[in-house]
Amino acid sequence: MSIIDSAKSAAQTLVQGAMSKLVPLAPDSWIPGGVPDPLIARKHGLIGTPVSRLDGPLKVQGRARFSAEVDAADIAYAALVHAAVPRGRIATLDTAAARAAPGVILVMTHENAPRMNAPALFGSSPTAVGPADLPVMQDDRIHWNGQPIAIVLAETQEQADHARSLVVATYSIEPSITSLKAAKDAGPKPGLFMGEPLLTQIGDAEAFLSAAPYKIDHLYRTPRHNHNPIELHGATIWWDGDTLVIHDATQMVTAQGLTIAGVFDLKPEQVHILSPYVGGGFGSKGLWVHQIIGAAAAKLAGRPVRIALSREGVYRIVGGRTLTEQRVAIGAQADGCFTSIIHSGIAAMTPHNNMPEPFILGTKVGYGADSFKLSVETVEMDMVANTFMRAPGEAVGTFALECAIDELAAEIGMDPVDLRILNEPVKDPISGLPFSSRHIVEAWRRGAERFGWSERITTPGTRREGEWLIGMGCATGTYPYYRMPGAAARITLTRNGTATVEIAAHEMGMGTSTTTAIVAAERLGLPMDKIDVRYGDSTIPGAIMAGGSQQTAAIGGAVIAAHNALVAQLLKMAGNDSPLAGLTSAEVGSEDGALVKLDDPTRRESYASILNRAQMDSIVASEEASQPLEMMHWSMHSHSAIFCEIAVNSITAETRVRRILGSFDCGRILNPKTARSQFRGGMIMGLGMALMEETQFDERNGRIMNPSLSEYHIPVHLDVPDIDVIWTDIADPHTPMGAHGIGEIGITGTAAAVANAVYNATGKRVRDLPITLDKLL
Amino acid sequence: MNPFSYVRAVDSADALRQRAGHAAAYLGGGTNLVDLMRETVARPEKLVDVTGLSSAITQSDDGGLLIGAAARNTALAEHRVVRTRYPMLARAILAGASGQIRNMATVGGNLLQRTRCAYFYDTDGSHCNKRRPASGCDALEGFNRNHAILGASPACVATHPSDMCVALAALDATVHVEGKGGARTLPFIDLHRLPGDHPDIDTTLEQGELITAIALPPLTFASRSNYRKVRDRSSYAFALISVAAALKIEGGHISDARIALGGVAHKPWRAFKAEAALQGHEATEPVFRAAAMAELADAQSLSRNGFKIELATRTLIATLADLAGGAS
Ligand SMILES: Cc1cc2nc3c(=O)[nH]c(=O)nc-3n(C[C@H](O)[C@H](O)[C@H](O)COP(=O)(O)OP(=O)(O)OC[C@H]3O[C@@H](n4cnc5c(N)ncnc54)[C@H](O)[C@@H]3O)c2cc1C
Ligand code: SF4
Repeated sequence: MSIIDSAKSAAQTLVQGAMSKLVPLAPDSWIPGGVPDPLIARKHGLIGTPVSRLDGPLKVQGRARFSAEVDAADIAYAALVHAAVPRGRIATLDTAAARAAPGVILVMTHENAPRMNAPALFGSSPTAVGPADLPVMQDDRIHWNGQPIAIVLAETQEQADHARSLVVATYSIEPSITSLKAAKDAGPKPGLFMGEPLLTQIGDAEAFLSAAPYKIDHLYRTPRHNHNPIELHGATIWWDGDTLVIHDATQMVTAQGLTIAGVFDLKPEQVHILSPYVGGGFGSKGLWVHQIIGAAAAKLAGRPVRIALSREGVYRIVGGRTLTEQRVAIGAQADGCFTSIIHSGIAAMTPHNNMPEPFILGTKVGYGADSFKLSVETVEMDMVANTFMRAPGEAVGTFALECAIDELAAEIGMDPVDLRILNEPVKDPISGLPFSSRHIVEAWRRGAERFGWSERITTPGTRREGEWLIGMGCATGTYPYYRMPGAAARITLTRNGTATVEIAAHEMGMGTSTTTAIVAAERLGLPMDKIDVRYGDSTIPGAIMAGGSQQTAAIGGAVIAAHNALVAQLLKMAGNDSPLAGLTSAEVGSEDGALVKLDDPTRRESYASILNRAQMDSIVASEEASQPLEMMHWSMHSHSAIFCEIAVNSITAETRVRRILGSFDCGRILNPKTARSQFRGGMIMGLGMALMEETQFDERNGRIMNPSLSEYHIPVHLDVPDIDVIWTDIADPHTPMGAHGIGEIGITGTAAAVANAVYNATGKRVRDLPITLDKLL
Repeated sequence: MNPFSYVRAVDSADALRQRAGHAAAYLGGGTNLVDLMRETVARPEKLVDVTGLSSAITQSDDGGLLIGAAARNTALAEHRVVRTRYPMLARAILAGASGQIRNMATVGGNLLQRTRCAYFYDTDGSHCNKRRPASGCDALEGFNRNHAILGASPACVATHPSDMCVALAALDATVHVEGKGGARTLPFIDLHRLPGDHPDIDTTLEQGELITAIALPPLTFASRSNYRKVRDRSSYAFALISVAAALKIEGGHISDARIALGGVAHKPWRAFKAEAALQGHEATEPVFRAAAMAELADAQSLSRNGFKIELATRTLIATLADLAGGAS
C-alpha cells in the first residue's frame, strides 16, 4: 500500500460500483479538471516566478518554534527505554533505581499505563494512520527489537536520560523471524491492499519472454533505509481538562488527531494537533508510538510532557523503507520493441502493519509492451513497522526497472535513451486510459542535449582520466499525480483587502505555505502580502496529508472550491445594484481585488465596495474540494530523465558522482525557487540511496546497529556534485493550476542512473544497493 | 549519561592529583568521551579537563617536533613545520572527522579515542568483550565489514579508528606520559596494544597515566610522504583502509621507508615487513607489490571484510608508486 493507493481507493469507494466504471467514460467536462483551471492561462502573475520562502527568515533567525521547543509551564521531560530483543515477553522490569534517581517524576510501563485502545491501522479507514495495529504499552509483549517498554519523566532531559539507563529489563525470548531467509522460508504472501492483490497480468508474459530474440532477466536488491530528517521526532503534549493538546511534527494533523482520539476514547474535537513547522518529513512524520506514550504519561503525571526522540530513538521506533528483492525480466523484438515486462518480487513487512512497498507502480506506466506480469509479495519479519519514505514504491522500483532497461539496451546494442523513446506508450499501458499530460520524450531530448549524452562512449570501461574510470548513465523517474479526497479550505476576506486562507496542510520546509500564498493571491486577485496562510492545525476544516506529493494539488482543489463559494456569496451580496448584477459565479472571476466578468472586464466591482454596501467587515467561505475523479478519468503522472557522470577509482573502487542533471516533466512549475530545491533534494537522496544508504539490521536479533548519522551514511557536501535541473513547464490541462506535485519524483530514477553510469565506467553491474566499493573491487 | 563532577587541571601535577583515587577520566575536546558517556559506555564520576595543559608545538633541539597533548587537531594539521616536513601527518589529520570536530579534538584525546565497533556502543542490546569482559563478541558473526584483518583475536576484532595515529606510527613518534611513578616516554607504536585476551584494555598506559606530549624525530625524508585514506563517502567517514608512507629513494633504490596501515588492526599498524621488503630494492611496482604481499601475508578476513585484504594491498602499492613517481 502506498499513500497513493490509499487515496486512489478512497476515491474509488466514493464512487461505488457502476459509477466507478462510468467515470473513465464520462465526458471530460463532467470531471474536475475537464474545464482547465483559468489560472493556467494566466501567464503574467506570480505563478512561475521565483519566490523566496515566506517562513525562511523566521527559520534562519531561530524564531520558528518547532514542536519540541514549544514552551509550557511545569514541563516534564521524557526518555524512553527500548526492548533489546526481537520478540517475547518482559520477564522482569525493575524501575526502582530509576524512580529513585534525582529529578524523576514517574516511570510508566505497561503495568501502570492508563488503558488505551490500539491505534487504528493506517488504511483501515480513510483517517486511520496508526503505524501498526498493536496496543501501545498495554501488556508485556515485545514485537520488535527497540519497542519502547518504559518512559521516564523527569524535571530535566539529563535527569530523564540518566534514569532511563537505570531501568533493568529481563525477557523471556520467543522464536522470531529476523532474517530474510527465514522470512522467505515461512512463505511469501500476496501483497494485499484493501483486500486486492498487488498483481497485474496482461497476456502471457513468461511465454513472450521466452520467445523474445532479446531478453534480460535479473534479480535486484534494495536494503532497508532509515528516516533521517534533520528535526528529530518530538512533541510537546498536555491535557487541558479533557482535551488533549499535542504540538507535534506531523504530515497529517487531521487524521492523526482522529486516530489519537480513538486511542483515548475522545471525541474528535477533544484532540487538538498543532504542527506549523516540520523540520523534514519524507513520510516519517506521522503517528508513531511516542505521541501516544507521551500523552498517556502526561495524563498520569498531570503535567505537560516534552518527548523529543534521540537519533537512536528515531531508528528504534520510527519505521523506514523496507528491503526488497525484485525480479525484472524484459523481452524485446529484434527492433527493440518490448514484448514482455515482468516485474515481481518480495518486500518485507511486519505481521502488524500494512505497507507492502509497491515497487511495481512505476512499471505500470513506464513502457508499452505486449504482455505484463507485475506483482508484489510480502514476507513477514519481526521488526519496527516499515513505512513510507520519499517515493515509496517508485524509488526502489525504478532502480530495478531502469537498470534492467539499461542492461537490455546493452544486450541489443542500442542507445538506452533511444530504447526508452522507442517504447513510449501512447496511452496508459495497463488501464488504457489517456494520459492527461505526458511529455517525457521532450524531457529526454532536452536533457540529453544539455547533458552532452552524445559524448558517452558505449563500450564500458574505456574512458579513463588518470586513476579514474569515467562513465555516464541515465534513467527515467516517475511519480503519479495525486489528489486525495477530503481537503477543504476556508477563506476569510476582509473589507480592507486582506484574506486569510486556512487549510489543514503542512509545511515541512518544502515551501508549501509560500506556494499556497502565491496560488491564493492569484486566485483571489490580491497581492501576495495581503494573504495570510494558516495551516498545520487540526481545528481547520478538511483533511490534507502531506504525502504522495499530493498536497499542492489537494490545496489547489480546496482553494478553487472555497473561492467558488466565496464568489457565489459575494455575487449574492452584491445584489441588483452592482455592475455584476445578474451574473452567475461561472461567469465571474477575481482580479485586482475585484470580481470581474470573465469575458467583459468592464463589468466589475471591488470586494471592498461589495462588503461596504453590505455593511460587512468580512466574509467567510468554507468548502470541500471536488472529488478527485480526474484520477480515474485520465492516467496522470510526472516524469523525469536523469543523467549522470561518475568516476570510479581503478585502484580503490571508490565512486564519485561528477555531475548530474534532472530533466523533469511535472506540469507547470508554480515556484521555480522552491521547486528546484525539491528536485535537487530528491536527487541527492537518490545519490545516497545509490552509493551509501543502508540500515544495518542484525539478522540474528533484529537490532539496528547503525542508529546514528556518523555510521548511517548519507551524502556529505563533498559527495554532491553540480546538480543541473530543467523542466518542460508544460501545464497539465486537467489539474489545479496545471501543476503536479514534485516532492518525490527527484529521488526516482536517480539510483538507476548512477548504477548504469557505474556499468558504463567499469563494465560491472551491481544489482544490489548500495554500490559500495567492495562490490566493485 | 551518568551524573559527574568536573574540574579543570592547571598543570600536569594538578591533573594527576585530581584524577587519583577516583573513577575519573581526563577530558580533552570531549568529542569521543562525551559520546561514550551519553551511550553509558563510559561512566566516569569525575572529569578532569586537561585542555589547559600544554598545547605548544615547538621544534626540539634534535630538529624534531614536540607537540603538547592539548594541541588541537586543527592546529597541528595547520602547523607550517608539520605541513612541510611531515605532510603525511597533516593529511592524515585533515582526512579525519569534520572541521568542527578537529577544532575541538586534542592530540591526547585522538590517541585514546576508542573503537567505532557498533556492538561496543550498544550497551542495551549487544555483547562486547571490550565493553564488558568475557561477555562475548557480537562482531565476530555480525557487522564486521570495517573490522580487523591483522592481529585480531577471537575475543575482539575491532579496529583503532584514528587517522592521525597511523601517521604517528609511521613517523617513529614517542609518547611522553606522567603518572604516579613520575614521567616516562614510550615509543608510539607500543602505546596501543593488540586485543589478545584483554580487549577491554586498549593501551599500555598505567591506570591514571596522563599523556603530556608527542615527540617527532627529525626523519628528514618524511618531507616526501603521503597519507591515503579509502572510505565509503568522500568525507566524514572512518577509514576502511589507510596508508601512511614515506620513502627515501637514492639512485632509484629505496634506502629507507616508513609505512603504517590504518583500518586493519586493533592498533595503528606499523608495516615493518613491508619496510624490510623494500629496503635496498629498486623503487618499482613489482617491489611495491612484494612488500604489500609480505605485510598482508598473515591477514585474515571475517565474514564481511574479505575485500579489505585486496584493498589494503592495492592502496599500499599505489601510495608507494605515487611517492616513487614523485622522486624520479
Ligand atoms: C562523527 C565523528 C567522526 C569522526 N571521524 C573521524 C575520522 O574519520 N578519523 C579520525 O581519526 N577520527 C575521527 N573521529 C574521532 C576524533 O578524531 C576523536 O573523537 C578525537 O580525536 C578525540 O579527541 P578529544 O580531544 O575530543 O578526546 P576526548 O573525547 O576528550 O577523549 C578521548 C579519550 O582520551 C582520553 N584523554 C584525553 N586527553 C588525554 C590526555 N592528555 N592523557 C590521557 N588521556 C587523555 C580521555 O579520557 C578519553 O578516554 C570522529 C569523531 C566523530 C564524533
Ligand atoms: S570486535 Fe571488539 S569491540 Fe567489537 S564487539 Fe567484539 S569485542 Fe566488542
